[in-house]
Amino acid sequence: MTTAEEAVHIISRARAVRQARTIAVVAVLAVLVFITFCVSLSLGDFKIPVIDVVKTLFGGGDRATEFIVNRLRLPRALTGLMVGAALGMSGAIFQSIARNPLASPDIIGVTYGASAFAVFAIVILGMTGLAVSGFAIVGAILTAFIMYVLAWRHGVSSYRLILIGIGIGAIATSITSYLLTKARVEIAQQALIWLTGSLNGRDWSNVQAMTVTLVLAVPLSVWLVHRLRILQLGDETAYGLGLRVESSRLGLIVIGVFLAAVATAAAGPIGFVAFVGPPIARRLTRSPGPAMISSALIGALVVALSDLIAQHAFGDTQLPVGVVTGVVGAPYLMFLLARTNRVGSGG
Amino acid sequence: MSPPSTVADSAPVAVSARPRRTRRATLVLGLVGALALLALVILLSIAVGSKQIPLSTVIEALRHYDESNTDHVIIHSLRVPRTLIGLLVGAALGLSGALMQGVTRNPLADPGILGVNGGAALFVVGGIYWLGLSSLTAYVWLAFAGAAAASVAVYFLGSLGREGATPVKLALAGAALTAMLGSLTTALLITDVDTFDQFRFWSVGSLAGRGSDIASQVAPFILIGIALSLVCGRVLNAMSLGDEVAKSLGQRVGLARLFVAVVVVLLCGAATAAAGPIGFVGLTIPHVARLITGPDYRWILPYSMVLSPILLLGSDVIGRVVALPGELQVGIVTAVIGAPFFIMLVRRRKLADL
Repeated sequence: MTTAEEAVHIISRARAVRQARTIAVVAVLAVLVFITFCVSLSLGDFKIPVIDVVKTLFGGGDRATEFIVNRLRLPRALTGLMVGAALGMSGAIFQSIARNPLASPDIIGVTYGASAFAVFAIVILGMTGLAVSGFAIVGAILTAFIMYVLAWRHGVSSYRLILIGIGIGAIATSITSYLLTKARVEIAQQALIWLTGSLNGRDWSNVQAMTVTLVLAVPLSVWLVHRLRILQLGDETAYGLGLRVESSRLGLIVIGVFLAAVATAAAGPIGFVAFVGPPIARRLTRSPGPAMISSALIGALVVALSDLIAQHAFGDTQLPVGVVTGVVGAPYLMFLLARTNRVGSGG
Repeated sequence: MSPPSTVADSAPVAVSARPRRTRRATLVLGLVGALALLALVILLSIAVGSKQIPLSTVIEALRHYDESNTDHVIIHSLRVPRTLIGLLVGAALGLSGALMQGVTRNPLADPGILGVNGGAALFVVGGIYWLGLSSLTAYVWLAFAGAAAASVAVYFLGSLGREGATPVKLALAGAALTAMLGSLTTALLITDVDTFDQFRFWSVGSLAGRGSDIASQVAPFILIGIALSLVCGRVLNAMSLGDEVAKSLGQRVGLARLFVAVVVVLLCGAATAAAGPIGFVGLTIPHVARLITGPDYRWILPYSMVLSPILLLGSDVIGRVVALPGELQVGIVTAVIGAPFFIMLVRRRKLADL
């Protein structure tokens, strides 16, 4: 064989190995998500064996279990899964665009904007439920829009976008904490629960909103993911490779903001999911670029697992899911960091 | 972070001697101007409050203290300690932010990224919840202990493995641990209304009610931190070129990074202990300094040290005036005033990459 052929052979072998690895990771994650999902459907005041849960899901349960599973528990569990997936994907998009592992919709200010608006609705206007979600969506989109407009100067550089995001995020956060210090403590605590992120009392309307979001966003982001890979190489290189940098970046930002905004409206700004999903996915799949599907699955898994713990691990006190995401996701990320570091392939 | 081309552009290339000298003169002049502005803000911070005191009386009180004069007493027992804390905290936040961004080469790294704020918050909440503590002086030691514990843990996690503590590993480990500590803090806050009621005022970040006892508690740490950080410029310059280049320039990268981390904990830990977590100053002022000075850390550090207290004390003064008879916490005002200015700067100037 000539050297060129050899090189091609080696590269295609490496690619095949990586692809096989990605598929295996996705499959394992999907199974884990499904197991967590079923377990969370089976637990509660009235325990249902996991086997019956699975039967009911596929249309073979009796009426009582069907009522409990499909009517009472399914909306919450589904909302959790989809919120997690949306946050995971949104995080993957933002971290790749910004080329920064610390960037996520949490840090770049989109969720801070949503939070400020929602807390305003809770504390000043005395709203609850869907109205608060509406305010959160408006807040997130408005924040993202202002950020993009302010960062525009003969095009948007990722670095400028991050810095402007920090600035706007800081204003939003300080407004939030100001509102928290001004409110009566009971209302402030209610706002704190929203700020932590909670899945309590989620119904089918949330599921519908999340489904529509994901149905729109997943194909788009899978379609755009190769542009993301090129964008990651830096603006100059991307131009050189013939990518329409500005429109690609704008499209990706719109999708990322949309995902984060709807997820935040559905469950509050559940922290850390968007941040932790992508690095774990990348380390598991050993993919050099953003691993969209694995990030989404890890996001879903983290939220589902956290909600399981938040609902059932502390006896009668039900914690909001956002309290647990950090405790669940962080140790695993640290374990991964420690392990990849020992091998010497850490970042 | 930065592509090689930017590094080549921004490194101090062999320029002829004259422009370099005039540039240095401009930078020195700018620093002197900033110091003058700082002096003005300090005087304002002593003079302005719910009781306005004329500047002449302020200077009089500082030179010849008269116990029978109520204005003098207010100045001595309230305004001066508060201003002093603002000065120290501001300088500490600015410096630790610049150090942190330099050592992690990440524009998003604030001093809190080593877990300082997360650790401090958890310890303070724990102190309120389990020990029933409620005085600001008690919070100081708790916050400092929490900050130190958290950052040691982050540094340990980030430095596992062959090449030691690389910037990315440190940043990720810090963010992960911060999130975990934040979860625990929130869990305590949600289950206990009284703890939350006390904590929400600490967590905004404020200089109100801090007396000379707190000033003397944190001053030694911050002063040592300032002294140590001002010698870091050259090291950070070398490290900003990347680990390999820094090594080939004869830097002991791992050691330097550890040194900087210790200084950051001294500075930011003490600042958080004194005034609560104030994120915005440490995150943004180094960027402002970099816009003025360019990428040379020997200038970024002193500029950050002088500019931060201007923002912090200025915001504190404004916070005392706008919401009379109450006052706005400094943590809120810094962001609301500083952020628009910061955004304007970011838009105007060509950015110096990290």
